[in-house]
Amino acid sequence: MPMMINLRSLQTVISCRRVYLTALLILLLGLVKPAEGQDVPPVNFSKHVAPILQQRCLNCHGASQDKGGLQLHNATVTARGGDSGKVVVAGNSGESELLRRLKTADVQERMPLKLKPLSEKEIQLIASWIDQGADWPEKYVIRPYEQARAAQAARHWAFQPTRRPAVPTKAAAATADQGVDRFIQARLQKEGTVPSQPADRVTLIRRVTLDLIGLPPTPEQVNEFLEDQRPAAYQRLVDRLLASPHYGERWARPWMDLCHYADTDGYLTDQQRPVAWRYRDWLVAALNRDLPFDQFTIQQVAGDLLPGATRQQKMATGFLRQTLSNREGGAEPEEFRVKQVVDRTEMVGTSWLGLTVGCARCHDHKYDPVSQREFYQLYACFNNADEINIDAPLPSEAAAWQASRSAYQRRRRAIIDPQRAEVEALQRRWEAKCLDAWKNPGQDSLWDRQWELLGLVWGGDLGEGQLEGAEISKLPWEKRTERQRDDLLDYFLRHASVIDGPKAKELKVGELQGKLQALKKEFPQATRAPIMRASQTHRDNYLHARGEFRDRGMDVNPGVPGVTPMWSPRLNEDPRLTLARWLVDKKNPLTARVTMNRMWEQFFGNGLVITTEDFGLRGELPSHPGLLDWLADEFVRSGWDVKAMHRLIVTSATYRQSSAPRPELVARDPNNAWLARQNSLRVSAEMVRDMGLAVSGLLHSRLGGPSVKPPQPERVTMEAFGRNDWKPSPAPDRYRRGLYTFIIRTAPFAQSATFDAPNPNQICTRRIRSNTPLQALVLLNDPVFYEMAQSLAVRVLRLQGWSDEDRMDYAFRLCLARRPSPAERERLFQYLDEQQKLLATDAASVEKILGTWGDEKLDPTSQAAWTNLSSVLLNLHEFITRD
Amino acid sequence: MNLLPAIKVTAMIFPEDSKNLTRRHFLRETAGGLGAIALADLLSHDGQLVAAEPATSPLAPRLAHFAPKAKRVIFLFMAGAPSQLDLFTPKPKLQALHGQPVPKMFLEGLDDKLIQGSARVFGTPRKFQKMGDCGMEFSDYLPNMATCADDLCMIRSMTTSISNHHPAQLLMNCGVTRFGLPSMGSWVTYGLGSVSKNLPGFVVLLSKNGSGDIGGSALWDNAFLPAAHRGVTFRSEGDPILHLSSPDGVTAKMQRDRMAAILDLNRLRRTQLADPQISARIEAYELAFRMQTAAPELVDFSGESKQTLESYGVGDKLANQFGSNCLMARRMVERGVRFVQLYHYTWDDHSNLNEKLRDNCLMTERGVAALIKDLKQRDLLDETLVVWGGEFGRTPMNEVRRGINPGKEGRDHHPFGFTMLMAGGGVKPGFIYGQTDELGYHAVENRVDVHDLQATILHCLGLDHLRLTFRHKSRDFRLTDVAGNVIHDVLL
Repeated sequence: MPMMINLRSLQTVISCRRVYLTALLILLLGLVKPAEGQDVPPVNFSKHVAPILQQRCLNCHGASQDKGGLQLHNATVTARGGDSGKVVVAGNSGESELLRRLKTADVQERMPLKLKPLSEKEIQLIASWIDQGADWPEKYVIRPYEQARAAQAARHWAFQPTRRPAVPTKAAAATADQGVDRFIQARLQKEGTVPSQPADRVTLIRRVTLDLIGLPPTPEQVNEFLEDQRPAAYQRLVDRLLASPHYGERWARPWMDLCHYADTDGYLTDQQRPVAWRYRDWLVAALNRDLPFDQFTIQQVAGDLLPGATRQQKMATGFLRQTLSNREGGAEPEEFRVKQVVDRTEMVGTSWLGLTVGCARCHDHKYDPVSQREFYQLYACFNNADEINIDAPLPSEAAAWQASRSAYQRRRRAIIDPQRAEVEALQRRWEAKCLDAWKNPGQDSLWDRQWELLGLVWGGDLGEGQLEGAEISKLPWEKRTERQRDDLLDYFLRHASVIDGPKAKELKVGELQGKLQALKKEFPQATRAPIMRASQTHRDNYLHARGEFRDRGMDVNPGVPGVTPMWSPRLNEDPRLTLARWLVDKKNPLTARVTMNRMWEQFFGNGLVITTEDFGLRGELPSHPGLLDWLADEFVRSGWDVKAMHRLIVTSATYRQSSAPRPELVARDPNNAWLARQNSLRVSAEMVRDMGLAVSGLLHSRLGGPSVKPPQPERVTMEAFGRNDWKPSPAPDRYRRGLYTFIIRTAPFAQSATFDAPNPNQICTRRIRSNTPLQALVLLNDPVFYEMAQSLAVRVLRLQGWSDEDRMDYAFRLCLARRPSPAERERLFQYLDEQQKLLATDAASVEKILGTWGDEKLDPTSQAAWTNLSSVLLNLHEFITRD
Repeated sequence: MNLLPAIKVTAMIFPEDSKNLTRRHFLRETAGGLGAIALADLLSHDGQLVAAEPATSPLAPRLAHFAPKAKRVIFLFMAGAPSQLDLFTPKPKLQALHGQPVPKMFLEGLDDKLIQGSARVFGTPRKFQKMGDCGMEFSDYLPNMATCADDLCMIRSMTTSISNHHPAQLLMNCGVTRFGLPSMGSWVTYGLGSVSKNLPGFVVLLSKNGSGDIGGSALWDNAFLPAAHRGVTFRSEGDPILHLSSPDGVTAKMQRDRMAAILDLNRLRRTQLADPQISARIEAYELAFRMQTAAPELVDFSGESKQTLESYGVGDKLANQFGSNCLMARRMVERGVRFVQLYHYTWDDHSNLNEKLRDNCLMTERGVAALIKDLKQRDLLDETLVVWGGEFGRTPMNEVRRGINPGKEGRDHHPFGFTMLMAGGGVKPGFIYGQTDELGYHAVENRVDVHDLQATILHCLGLDHLRLTFRHKSRDFRLTDVAGNVIHDVLL
């Protein structure tokens, strides 16, 4: 047996075609135990071994890095070994240091260091390769993973231009003539199966109503649809829903998930942002009026930079204002500003490009073709944008506010003028000290603190941009607007004693401040709105090694990842606007694909690409690539018309088919990727509550406005933090849709969190749909949900002249749209009787169950029994499910 | 009747013709079954079931990566950061330099806001004593914890990378300073499941003294792990779990009836639509119902001896809240809860350190000592890992942020060297590890980073921190981010 090795080695050495690692030595010592006898299949170096080395070893032991003196990218260097000697003993894995280091239990020694160990299979492959002679073709050089990745990535499907695919021809069994269905049914035909039957009309109206406006259809709307036997009844239903003002409310929420909207700052102090809702109102309105998606995109990313930007266009940038603000004493303002810029970069990268660009913040992306430099190029598009709030009067405020401005400024000037020179002189001294502390930190702790305070407390509890004051103070006086001068003066007057106590006292700055405050209150106010604006003091852009804000590496210029189409900056255009336009450039294939995919997820429960957040190399492949490209192309062709795309999808036969499980397909298509049926989906956190409010008649359907606080135990906010109280809004605000619920970042609304509303500190492209006992406790016992039962009972009992059977049917139809089966009706009546009997002898319980809902025209026992019955309906699986 | 047959009965009803499901039948087979779950039954398996958990449950018990020493964890998180210099690590040099500027040698290479021109070394007025056979040092503020010296493992060389509360708390709980990653308790129940049939696997208990500094629910968030791994907050007063008690006026009988009707109608729906999601919903409701019975029993201390209650400080004006939580933690681990996280969150003593530190110690240290002794006495300590500590430590200097106020000094946040304690669960008892320099400024010997501590805790549970991963956004995430070494020196 050793003979074979020798022979083979010899042949190879002679032919010079291959290099055997240390083979000669082994040959001479005769130490080798050949592996052939062990019945191991031959290992192919390039197929089996090189990929493992490339992915798991070469980051540290490649052409550019030689940790421990070891390189493993070609045969020569591998044979040489590292600082501690040879690592591969050809023919003997047991003697090979490489194997030992892969297998050792000592994590200080195990490779890859501090990373997931190689799998047993991978280790076995390397062992077999060594045992079989460790041959390595001489010219085979393993390219660094990054280079190989870039080449591979250039071929990746998601980066290819969208080419409108031919729509498959209509299949013989096709149930519809639409593009969507042709793609889906072509696949089904290939798999040898057929689509499901259309859903019955009741299921269909409930489904499409929940999907388009997030509220259930009323029994009357169901009846109307059932009775409409004319053609195109369904199309008319869809048109009605798309025109509903509640459509915008339903479709705003996914965008709020993307930018992680909340009504507080986050972090320890988590102060309130009382005007965050201005962005939400913009969003609902934009969706309702079907603002074309290209405009929708540009305005949210850079609306403030558009020539002659309107107030509405500026307010769209509220999308970028949902980043967190740290106002904790000792927080380094620059550190948390950098975090905000990173967050914005990720928001845009995820929402439009479907790329996990954030991975490249600290190092080159491990999988996708986004280098760290490219991340900071994208980052640079947002690095010169600042947070400010503007006066954005509501329609009811506008006229009076506008008319009073000049009078206000006149009066204000009149108050300040007598002292202006002296106050300004003092303010200039104060500013000089502050700016000195900024430029030379650590010299004077008092002024370090003053500078820090300016960045921490500015506009706190008002949701203003926290660094605005600091930014104003950096501007020369003559470059400041009147408003900027006013705002900084107002701040300074509260801190004037720090610079010169006696002088401040002499000038009576407290009194001056009081007068100015009083003056403000005399005049009409405009509600503020959070927006972005171009920085007035330019910041240079650096690569921050390891993501560390203090570590300023190479200079970078604004730009987009190289693997995406080039952008074309215009002269003197802010790169943020260039980026916004580029996102919806026809040459950029990602935006339309990513957007249509998320839309699909909303209608079917899963995207065509399951990983809606990741279209990169690690993301899932599309289940129907042709369909995704066709949809993307349709979207652009339609003029980026979102409602048109919604109509296209919900009128497809694919969307309209039954969601009933198909046992014969469970094994073959367990995740329903082929879409041989619709999916049954638990509705979202907001919808669970909205539906309960709607069917019980409690819902207050007013659109827009400030956030509200529906009742919840105060412990939710007190326990989680202790500074944000929770005083429930009075009726009818407490019965508003879940969209309007006040979101505290450190203590999100408990019912929402329990039903999988995402963490409001983080971008979310797709929600999970969990099923936990805590959800059951909410539906069973939460006073909010029990009140829905109380109200629903009253609603059906007040139906004059109705029989109990009709009432039961009506309550059932309110909740589930359909009528109960005989068995269901029987079981419900059994329960009702049971409760009637129990309650007949338990007046105390009756009183408590009715609570404030007692109706003197109704029999209390009966009302209490119906309350419990209503609660049963609101707890059914089917109630919180969209079939 | 115990739990197992009760579940089987409900399962058996499913294939029957729904029309035969009369009320009497139902009461006998189902509601009766549920109703029969009495306390004794709930605990007949010590509240623990291993085999019968449906495989679909995200909390089904799972095997560790290797044989564990600890089966469960009680993490006593001292949020706000207690002062190691006034509790555990006497430093003669600190006393000697009291009132002086910090010698330059300690500040070399540091770029931190804490180093401010006018901060002065601040000696401690505390008296220290060596305790137990091991000679572990405790200050006079910890008379009870001091008696546990020979059961404790003290790490005096902890370091962290950030000195703001919330990011540092996130780092200690979730492994990174930003939002959106699962907490340690979530990782542990994800890795091991839970053996409790009636209670959540990961429970959070909170106590404080006025307003405190804690970063909220992100600290016990499941993030991208399934929702069953989220920490559930429990209280010793009122409803132990949010919305656990039935609505006003709904009696136990009515609640059972309501549950029976809901389950029954869901089963009827399942006969129309064979959707496994309906079965999952039915299971969740059954567990909710069992929690309604088990949780009040858990917080009912009437079976505890007077001596036990007293040792924990239950009923004591200051010690009651945290002491009750410690006692509840013991009762939880007895009932199979995998990870109990206590927060006491008022240790942020920027000023008036002597008084506030004393009060926080009076509130907490009795409960800590009682818990360790109680666990030991019940033979639970060997398999229960107890961890005590905050997100960072406090400066050897006085606080100058708000000016100096003699007699009312505090200490600022300090990330370069602080102390944590561990006990039971496979760590060496009566063992002191690591050391800070003579001023207590920097950890200089056997430094332990936050990720090392996390890796060690997971190791005690039989989990390899490198292998406990979850694929999210196409990356394999783990608790220890990209770092962490198990500190084998502190392990038995």
